[in-house]
Amino acid sequence: MRIAFVKREKAGFRRMIAVRTTAMLLALASVGMIFWFYGADPVEVYREIFLGAFGTKTGVSEVIVKLIPLLLCGVGLSLVFKGQIWNIGAEGQLILGAIAATGVGLWVPLPSYLVIPAMFLSGFLAGALWALIPAVLRAKMNVNEVITTLLMNYVAIRLLYYLVYGPWRAKEQWGNMTWSGFAQTAILPDHATLQTIPGTRIHYITLIIALTSLIFVYLLMNRTSFGYELKVVGDNLMAARFAGINISRVILISMIISGGLAGIAGVGEIAGIQHRLRPGFSVGYGYTAIIIAWLGGLNPLAVLVSTVFFSGILVGGSYIQISFGMPVGVINMFNGIILLFLLASEVFLNYSIKLRR
Amino acid sequence: MNMTFYESIISTILVSGTPLLYSTLGEIYAERSGVMNLGVEGMMIMGAVTAFIVGKITGNLLLAVLTAILVGIALSLIHAFVSITMRGNQTVSGLALTMFGLGLSSVIGIKYVGSPGISFNPIRIPFLSQIPLLGPLFRMDALFYLSIILAVVMWYILFRTKIGIRIRACGENPAVADALGVNVSLIRYACTAIGGGLAGLGGAYLTTVSAPFWGDVMTTAGRGWIAIALVIFSFWSPLRAIVGAYLFGGIEAIQFNLQAYGIPTDILGMMPYIATIVVMIFSMSGMKRRFGAPAALGVPFVREER
Amino acid sequence: MEPLVRMVGIRKTFPGIVANDNVDFELMPGEIHALLGENGAGKTTLMNILYGIYRPDSGRIYVKGKEVSINSPADAIKLGIGMVHQNFLLIDSFTVAENVALGFAKKQIRPDIEVKRRIIELGERYGLKVDPDAYVWQLSAGEKQRVEIIKALYRESDVLILDEPTSVLTPIEVNELFSTLKKLKSEGKGIVFITHKLEEVFQVADRVTVMRKGRVVGVKRRDETSKEELARMMVGREILFRVEKKEGEKGPVILEVVDLKALNDKGVLALKGVSFKVHSGEIFGIAGVAGNGQRELIEVITGLRKAISGKVLINGIDMTNRSPREIGLLGTAHIPEERVKMGIMPGMDLAENLILKKYFLPPFCRKGILDLKSIRSNAEKLKTEYDIVAPSIRVKAKFLSGGNIQRLILARELSSDPKLVIAAHPTYGLDVGATEYIRRKLVEERDKGAAVLLVSEDLEEILSLSDTIAVMYQGEIMGIGRPDEFSMEEIGLMMAGSRRMKVIS
Repeated sequence: MRIAFVKREKAGFRRMIAVRTTAMLLALASVGMIFWFYGADPVEVYREIFLGAFGTKTGVSEVIVKLIPLLLCGVGLSLVFKGQIWNIGAEGQLILGAIAATGVGLWVPLPSYLVIPAMFLSGFLAGALWALIPAVLRAKMNVNEVITTLLMNYVAIRLLYYLVYGPWRAKEQWGNMTWSGFAQTAILPDHATLQTIPGTRIHYITLIIALTSLIFVYLLMNRTSFGYELKVVGDNLMAARFAGINISRVILISMIISGGLAGIAGVGEIAGIQHRLRPGFSVGYGYTAIIIAWLGGLNPLAVLVSTVFFSGILVGGSYIQISFGMPVGVINMFNGIILLFLLASEVFLNYSIKLRR
Repeated sequence: MNMTFYESIISTILVSGTPLLYSTLGEIYAERSGVMNLGVEGMMIMGAVTAFIVGKITGNLLLAVLTAILVGIALSLIHAFVSITMRGNQTVSGLALTMFGLGLSSVIGIKYVGSPGISFNPIRIPFLSQIPLLGPLFRMDALFYLSIILAVVMWYILFRTKIGIRIRACGENPAVADALGVNVSLIRYACTAIGGGLAGLGGAYLTTVSAPFWGDVMTTAGRGWIAIALVIFSFWSPLRAIVGAYLFGGIEAIQFNLQAYGIPTDILGMMPYIATIVVMIFSMSGMKRRFGAPAALGVPFVREER
Repeated sequence: MEPLVRMVGIRKTFPGIVANDNVDFELMPGEIHALLGENGAGKTTLMNILYGIYRPDSGRIYVKGKEVSINSPADAIKLGIGMVHQNFLLIDSFTVAENVALGFAKKQIRPDIEVKRRIIELGERYGLKVDPDAYVWQLSAGEKQRVEIIKALYRESDVLILDEPTSVLTPIEVNELFSTLKKLKSEGKGIVFITHKLEEVFQVADRVTVMRKGRVVGVKRRDETSKEELARMMVGREILFRVEKKEGEKGPVILEVVDLKALNDKGVLALKGVSFKVHSGEIFGIAGVAGNGQRELIEVITGLRKAISGKVLINGIDMTNRSPREIGLLGTAHIPEERVKMGIMPGMDLAENLILKKYFLPPFCRKGILDLKSIRSNAEKLKTEYDIVAPSIRVKAKFLSGGNIQRLILARELSSDPKLVIAAHPTYGLDVGATEYIRRKLVEERDKGAAVLLVSEDLEEILSLSDTIAVMYQGEIMGIGRPDEFSMEEIGLMMAGSRRMKVIS
């Protein structure tokens, strides 16, 4: 008896949902086993996660809070992934956006009403620039962008540390003593802070930008010639060359958009949530967004749903960190396993399994 | 121990380079067989945390190292299963494993952050360790010597033996290899496992030689990615990997020593990553069409219907 | 005498086709047995079954009298059966010795010395000279084939199967091959020779089995039959050897290539000063064994490769080294050699594939925004016009069959009424129906006034379609003229580089 894989036509919608859901459940079960190994009751843990995220009003609003940076990064990544450009550097681009926004917010002399727009703009540009370097290397020298974007993440983190431990560290005042304080910058002034929906931490301006970008990218991909070119580049590079498509241009522009959106996510986190620059403000949004982009493809609804799901995990995850004493890494663990199961399940969507003699 | 400045530099270079060498060697075999394993970072850190914990609990270095290797193999087999048998996207699979490895090691290691572990003692090779200039090379730990021997042996196997031809064939043209009776899947699984095991070993080195502490994710600090870049730099040859690994050891040595000049640690900390990017640029521009990556790297092999 | 191989009642089906229908086949020792039939008759399938690549649905196989079950090439090799396929199973970046070492199952650790020795020994014994340390990418097609034969002989096999071996050889190399085969025959080996060329049967075979549409039509000894009889058996009707084509009416020069020089991927000079002209209303065919610069020539003309000197003029305008898009916009259609690798986007649907050359032009695109409706209606129209078989225009291109992929490419390229059509190996690997369709289309374009540049390895195709032919060898044109101005011998000599004919413009 042999197992043979036979290529099949596109899987129906129902089949896709069934396969993906099964994969998710298996993934959750595996993580549950790890919890159990650690002495925690998996059912309890999952209950906490779910309730923490969706059970309370605070939970739901927090899910939306986490959704903002995830959506921005996820949308940008789904764009470049369609072109088979693997931008793993969203995390670093996000950090650069945060750095730029802090710099502008604290020190650039502008009339108050211009500060927030300037922060967003500088954040977009900083993120775009950070993505542009690996993009140029890929476009002109075919340097593998997976590694370069990743390495740029490490550089970005170092840059962040350098700034908040060094020149940007805010001095603390105690009576008439000044001492170099914690590793963080001064608080952003009010005009450099984003408004939130009362009673929540939802900085709605960034939310609107995120949702708009979702629609914008969707239209870009499906209704414009640029989107067409990107799809061709992602599908068959040789055909793109054959058709005379300017491949460099496609890579550069899509990376600029992706990096810029990640940068905006960074601005949102600083101006809307943290109100100052400090290390660890991002819990790996850039990495989680990879899974979202991969899951959602270019279907905006799918992207949105996936984002909600992963925001839920993040919010619920931070609950169990506190209640069960688990480190931040547990989220990474989740993400990794889910992605693995989803990947493995793809085979059931692309092939039918037949038994052969 | 009174070490001259020179001796400490050599020491740093060798100690920094060895974990990279192990991981690079492993990844070279994986990629030569056609599998791109981006999970090296995750496997390294899992190897690191495993070796640390096992070492601390049992006090047995050999056991610690062996467990680390096994953990690396186990993880890489997941990658192999997902990307070879289930035809999953190799890039995403490797990334997922890295995420998973980073996360799991964090969870496992939480109780051990900051506490000291056990480490290897240096083995002094008599007579040779007294030579001027090259002396320090012969006062290193056992795993260092093993890495050099391994590099040579792996080179020999890859380029001078029949099994090496088969491995390379899987990476260049698996369809042809398959038609000639080579079990492509098996070889790819085996080479991926070698990659994982050596990555685990490289990680183990970090917590048993480089610095017997568990520092969460900063233990590896992206060395897995540097190793992957080094594979390209070595043109997929185990001998050149030695050059690459110690080149990076050199960069770390420079990094440490520049601290004395008042350059902020974090700026210096960027050096290895920027250096890696620069190295990749040079590798790509220097590569002629003929001597590039294994032709079928990253492409899943699907045998046509019989 | 007992047959080396006997296949009885072999039946093999694939989805939608019966490839072998109750086929019997027999091979005696010391015999060259030709397996004759058109493309798609089932010859290769039958031999693939013998070699273990396919498994028959039913039937029995006997090797040297014993019934056997051949489940993989490894089994076939153990039984003493070797096969040289149409697509060489060689790894370009390995040396000859490494390739041979890859192929055999002996438990040697260090294959170098032993393998090299044997390669040289076999080479001398059978006239198959090849340098064991040469890299395969450096070899010509004929030399590669020699390596394949050495691989097949390495284990002293008694049965040697050759699948269309002469399609990549020059006439001189064909003769060398035949003398090698005769030497093998004299040692008592049995040789199966798959071909669709009648002449070869009479040149080298002792017996011939004719197949048509999956069945055996008959088995004849060479001296018992004639070319006409075999042809009739092959096709089932009187065949016309020439395509229906009236004389072309030549107009002004559309494509002019002047002293073109270019490098190939390895940095070696692949085009050494090529010059010719193609008029409107003319089919200009370039004959020659693949690897003599034809690919580089087409790439330079279509803008996919840089010329280091010389000119390409389209409609009198200097288009040397311009982008493929500019060249396309001048009215150039390109039917590429690599259909799937270069010609289509497998993951995108028909509609998207069909506008690859025009997506940035109105009515499909205005100011960067695509007009999906006109894209769809364009696709519907072309799908009907070019008879592309697919459930809908939303089907992803990767699900199309080879012939339909080529139709898709033709639809895309020819629908904009091009003035210059460049076709590279357009009928390669296609069945009879698709081949006929494409040849007809090319003649149609010519009759509409286009200039057609045709490159093909199929000499028959070049000769029957072209108004003017040129022969390329090692990056140079050996001769240009009308097909009837050359004898087959002269063409063969030009293809092998031994003769240069005066250039007629």
